[in-house]
Amino acid sequence: MDADDETFAPITDEVGTNGGDEQRSRRPIISGDHLDIEAYASLYSGRTKIMRLLFIADHSSDEKVGNPSMNLEALRMAYDEIKKGENTQLMREVAQKINGRLGPSYELDSAWCDAVDHRAEQKKEKLDNELNAYRTNLIKESIRMGYNDFGDFYYAHGQLGDAFKSYVRTRDYCTTSKHIVHMCMSVILVSIEMGQFTHVTSYVNKAEQAPDALDSITIAKLRCAAGLANLEAKKYKLAARKFLETNPELGSHYSEVIAPQDVATYGGLCALATFDRTELKSKVIDNLNFRNFLELVPEVRELINDFYSSHYASCLEYLGNLKANLLLDIHLHDHVETLYDQIRHKALIQYTLPFLSVDLSMMANAFKTTVAELQKELEALITDNQIQARIDSHNKILYARHADQRNATFQRVLETGREFDRDVRSMLLRSNLVKHDYNVRQFRKL
Amino acid sequence: MDPMEALVAQIQGLSSTPGDIARLHIILKQADDSLRAESTRLSPVLGQLAPSEHSLGFLYVLDAFTSGQISKQQAETSVPIITGFINACNAEQIRLAPEKFVLVCKRLKDQVMMLEAPIRGVGPLLTAARKLQLSTEHLTPLHSDFLMLCVLAKCYKTGLSILEDDIFEVDQPRDLFLYCYYGGMICIGLKRFQKALDLLHNVVTAPMSTLNAIAVEAYKKYILVSLIHHGQWQLSTSLPKYASSVAQRSLKNFCQPYIELANSYGTEKIAELEAYVQTNTEKFENDNNLGLVKQVVLSMYKRNIQRLTQTYLTLSLQDIANTVQLNSPKEAEMHVLQMIQDGEIYATINQRDGMVRFLEDPEQYKTCEMIENIDSSIQRIMALSRKLSAMDEQISCDQLYLSKVGRERQRYDFDDFDVPTKFNI
Repeated sequence: MDADDETFAPITDEVGTNGGDEQRSRRPIISGDHLDIEAYASLYSGRTKIMRLLFIADHSSDEKVGNPSMNLEALRMAYDEIKKGENTQLMREVAQKINGRLGPSYELDSAWCDAVDHRAEQKKEKLDNELNAYRTNLIKESIRMGYNDFGDFYYAHGQLGDAFKSYVRTRDYCTTSKHIVHMCMSVILVSIEMGQFTHVTSYVNKAEQAPDALDSITIAKLRCAAGLANLEAKKYKLAARKFLETNPELGSHYSEVIAPQDVATYGGLCALATFDRTELKSKVIDNLNFRNFLELVPEVRELINDFYSSHYASCLEYLGNLKANLLLDIHLHDHVETLYDQIRHKALIQYTLPFLSVDLSMMANAFKTTVAELQKELEALITDNQIQARIDSHNKILYARHADQRNATFQRVLETGREFDRDVRSMLLRSNLVKHDYNVRQFRKL
Repeated sequence: MDPMEALVAQIQGLSSTPGDIARLHIILKQADDSLRAESTRLSPVLGQLAPSEHSLGFLYVLDAFTSGQISKQQAETSVPIITGFINACNAEQIRLAPEKFVLVCKRLKDQVMMLEAPIRGVGPLLTAARKLQLSTEHLTPLHSDFLMLCVLAKCYKTGLSILEDDIFEVDQPRDLFLYCYYGGMICIGLKRFQKALDLLHNVVTAPMSTLNAIAVEAYKKYILVSLIHHGQWQLSTSLPKYASSVAQRSLKNFCQPYIELANSYGTEKIAELEAYVQTNTEKFENDNNLGLVKQVVLSMYKRNIQRLTQTYLTLSLQDIANTVQLNSPKEAEMHVLQMIQDGEIYATINQRDGMVRFLEDPEQYKTCEMIENIDSSIQRIMALSRKLSAMDEQISCDQLYLSKVGRERQRYDFDDFDVPTKFNI
């Protein structure tokens, strides 16, 4: 596997032309060209590990981010992992995807499938009987356990919908807040797997409202789940807040959903895309809790620092290197483009903010792009009213433009006056018409 | 004595004091049927009467005289008579019989239409409308006919004189619909799009219980004009709340090609818009809106150039041509020049190196004219707000309104009365 060795990308010479510190140490930027699948997979456990591996397998083959060896590698590990569990459905899928490319030991093992299915059948019957017995005895705790066992059973066998239902059913039989939290955590887990992130939000809220104080790990888990839900709902700012609030005690306790490295990456990118400078400083860079996470992913730490200290070129380079791997992430995949665009826009906006005029060729240099491209990007941002400036395309200079408050006010006042005038007149007219209608009706009555 | 001669004598005798005229009015009403029966030999009678003094009598006779079907030749003779009468008649007298007057004027309209010379009716109808209306706020049934003739005769400026009055009093909703619709067309002809929008807006949002063709046509034009003027279609989602529910529900269904046009405009891609117009030319032509649609396409170029002024300080003509998708820098120059002339953008063209320099709006809101302008706006709005409170007062004293509200209030009172007993168990 060639993904193990870390290739050193030569850093491009000019970094920031605005900072004045061109002697900045030329640190090598670690390129994450090829994802180390084994290391990646070891961060996770349970179903998410399989799903993530399968996701990598799917996306490394059809997109130009990976290579066929990666595809097979991921499938092989997924196969091994499934074999440890009891999910025959996934087994069949994976075997079909492998399609004999990994030799005879990775064929569809129908004997294993049948055996597991058979056992599952028996276990289901047993659970059913037990539950019925509990129900006739009306022992709340036992019923709860029964449903919970059912949920676990369905979850292990990949029937997420049924698992969800069973877990939710335990709710009526919860007697202590600990039970409620347990129920919520199970439901959240299943919902994340199902991709039903609205459920995640509501059950996170429910868990947080539990009367007893939660232990810090559970709180961290809930923060992560809420962050994921917000991320999926494209509420990046909220997502960033949740991830930033996550306590580093999380460690690998939530490996069935998220790894601490992910918290750093998700939180860092979302924060970068949505926070302003002061927020970035106070909530990310000076955040002791989050620093622990960032230490796990030095690239993200570096790129946030670069962004804050206006070394946009190296920041964007880090981003570019990370992109391939992020595209293989099951949760971040759909949002990479949007987040990257937003980060880039923010960088452009921040770059122009302190200046009255900016030389476009210098700026293009700082952003490692051509003047023409930069001009296009700036044009879009100005049209969007995100940068108050105008481009002198003849001399290639960007001039800041300060809106004349007085003129704008006059303009608005006159416009409002016109609107009021128009609205009142047409209102009077309409009311007269309505009155007329009344008159006509009155005549008819007479 | 011949009854006709007697009538003439009475008209001549009883046309001086208001009391006499009231009596004459009664006599004339009784004589109306016999006059109509004699319609063919009334021409000499008209000669015996002076339209300025015996206006009421003249009106009755004229009405009877023109009541039958007439040919083109007859129209040639009767148009001058009616025109002369309208110009000379006494306003107070004809207001006693407004229906008759309207009828005569409408016949004039029909006749000039028949003669295919709508311009001959423009002047007289303007005079007629002015004479008939009690105040400038009053909409007469003649307004819409007058505006229609203006549109046909392309006398837009004349039409504008009547559109500048604010209309509040309306007799017939239909008059208002037509008035606003034709008025909108006149304003479009004069490129006064804001005014046109206001008028068409009135049609679309007027209270109506069933959908009518005027509203549908007005809505189509409304969409087009707002694209031309604002570069967007504000009502894209729904009509304002005060529009009638019929309009909100079903207007859109009748204007599908126009709504799609607006959507296509929203993409800001000129090629797409042009392709759409190309494929639907026939539909727009059938609605007689093709000219406007072409203006919509043109306005897209303008809008795109205007957008450039927001982002650029200088830009070469070549770049303008590229961004706006014009064929050559020359064409771009023409567009920019035209827009500078129309005051739509502020810019200078440097022909030597083909650069356009966009400037800021030079208006500083410091000149006397601007202050006067603002002052007049304030005055106008104050007057309007006085009118509003007067209207409010009037409505709160209106018998019909009170009786309706009173009925509802009573029911509430009854409920109020009921509430305590419920809780007094």
